Amino acid sequence: MLFLSIALMYACSKNEDEVTPEEKKITFSVPANFPAPVYSFEDNKLSNAGFALGKKLFYEARLSADKSVSCGSCHQQFAAFTQLDHKVSHGVNNCQGKRNTPPLFNLAWQKAFFWDGGVKNIETSPLNAITDACEMGTDIQTIVAFLKNTPPYPDLFKQAFGSTEINSQLILKSIAQFTAVLVSDNSKYDKVMRKESGISFTSAELAGYNLFKEKCTSCHTEPFFTDFSYRSNGLDLVSADEGRSHITGVASDLGKFRVPTLRNIEYTSPYMHDGRFYSLDEVLEHYNLGVKASVNLDVQLKNGIPLNTTEKEQIKAFLKTLTDNEFIKNTLYSES
Amino acid sequence: MKLSQYFLALLCPIILLSSCKKNTDEVAADTQSTFSIEFENQVNGSPLVLNTKTYKNAKGEDFKINVFKYYVSNIKLSKADGTTYLIPESYFLIDASKAESTNITLKDVPTGDYTKIEYTIGVDYARNFAGAQTGALDPINGMFWTWNSGYIFVKLEGTSPQSTATGNTLTFHIGGVIDPNNTIRTFTTEINAANPLRVRTDGKPNMHFKVNAAALFTGKTDVSFATLNMTMGGANSVIVANNYANGLFRLDHIHN
Ligand code: HEC
Ligand code: HEC
Repeated sequence: MLFLSIALMYACSKNEDEVTPEEKKITFSVPANFPAPVYSFEDNKLSNAGFALGKKLFYEARLSADKSVSCGSCHQQFAAFTQLDHKVSHGVNNCQGKRNTPPLFNLAWQKAFFWDGGVKNIETSPLNAITDACEMGTDIQTIVAFLKNTPPYPDLFKQAFGSTEINSQLILKSIAQFTAVLVSDNSKYDKVMRKESGISFTSAELAGYNLFKEKCTSCHTEPFFTDFSYRSNGLDLVSADEGRSHITGVASDLGKFRVPTLRNIEYTSPYMHDGRFYSLDEVLEHYNLGVKASVNLDVQLKNGIPLNTTEKEQIKAFLKTLTDNEFIKNTLYSES
Repeated sequence: MKLSQYFLALLCPIILLSSCKKNTDEVAADTQSTFSIEFENQVNGSPLVLNTKTYKNAKGEDFKINVFKYYVSNIKLSKADGTTYLIPESYFLIDASKAESTNITLKDVPTGDYTKIEYTIGVDYARNFAGAQTGALDPINGMFWTWNSGYIFVKLEGTSPQSTATGNTLTFHIGGVIDPNNTIRTFTTEINAANPLRVRTDGKPNMHFKVNAAALFTGKTDVSFATLNMTMGGANSVIVANNYANGLFRLDHIHN
């Protein structure tokens, strides 16, 4: 399994020269049906040791204030790195955050992070979780001191960066070596798009794909199933969460959120920025009859998206082709 | 004809580039040395004493300061002939609670007589959105917003009886680089040509700046703590940045 996924990554890789599959070297490769990434590891050279350290930190619960919460507690691999069954994030001291945890994959193609796009670099994305009283509830000083005094961390930093020096920059860079490598590109949809032999949509999936292209792609644009813009899809007349306007200060951004990816949507329930919907049926019914005329409602949705029962089933069948089991089960990304 | 036009078009930037190159070569003389800058934190002419001393803003309102920190970056020196030298990777965080941070050392500066100094109050656009940084820009310094990427350029926290905030607090976190709320400001000051900054192999001059924390609250707009006592980016931060753009720093003297 491990070998297979690496071999697949290898097969898609654009620059194959520096990699040999035998070594199981951690690589970042651009899938054939994806554009060039935003994050290129230019200032953060990817290495096996850097990735391994980043992964260890990602799953290290002792980094949090009460030593109970790691990144992996909210970003769970079996849920495509979101938090299963939690409307909003659940952190230290049983504290509930205000937003639904986004899944983590294909982050190297994102220019901005968080539902409101407030964070601008994948490397600095974990800082909020680390310091938020409601997430990990700690501070960088404490984490740096803990790592300096806790074997085998000094050695791991040495292997990854050539020195036992530990600082926030190296912590964040190693975590980015883990999070940016998380690429999900082996769903049935991807294989159909890449015309891999013997793989094709069923008639229901194909009908769903056609409906999707007609009704959804203007926002959930291929191949990421988001155009990374901020919009309101009419969840509330008045949004309780400011959304994008919290960042821009512009009234016309009130209640707008980043269009979320739909990859692995089968596993990322609950849905929407506040996790209000538990099933895809509820989501589709929202587009069918539930869209509210919020002030900043996207014009494309002013009449909702009428969908009959058959169409809903077909769209659901298509959405399930976005599930990437190789990604979800890839032991390379699991807590070891 | 067409070809030669292209050729010229190609040549032009080459000429420009090479002429620029020449300039820097001239500035980048063979020898380099060091100079230092001291930032003497004050409030309206009296020394800044954190936590205990009471000051008055331009509206006559009392206030105390608990925290006063600011970035000085991208320090650029000019000579009388107009040539300039940008000190690479010059990012400094001055923190009134850390005496050692108020005297900064600039190394490997080409020797010469400099008659102008210019720097950013804050951090340039690119670094606000860059990956993880270290040194002065390390988020450990408490000057980085984790929910809305970017640095706090100037941070003043304190109290005022006039403040309507809980605990009568003052929270001025100035930052943000996107128009219309861009708070990056550049400070420039000429240096008296009779006593320029003389960077020499056998001399390490010290520039002495006086820094007036009260400049946040006057200059273009007199701030009343009754109406403005908390800002973390946005339009109110711009008001404060416009105030301190010219008033925060004053070059007092140079020890050559
Ligand atoms: C308590 C739950 C929780 C923990 C612990 C947590 N996160 Fe998150 N993470 C979230 C939530 C919620 C968001 C979305 C925040 C928002 O939009 O305001 C998020 C967003 C992110 C994002 C941006 C994703 C995107 O698409 O915008 C990244 C990257 C990320 N987290 C990485 C990490 C890392 C690395 C750690 C460990 C240091 C971590 N998280 C710990 C809940 C958590
Ligand atoms: C006008 C743009 C737009 C169109 C068209 C649109 N969506 Fe969305 N979609 C959004 C936005 C914005 C959100 C996030 C809203 C929020 O959380 O506040 C979203 C959220 C979702 C989610 C929840 C994802 C998650 O992880 O939480 C699903 C599922 C979804 N849309 C499916 C669809 C389907 C299927 C269609 C076509 C029938 C569609 N959308 C059409 C903008 C759009």
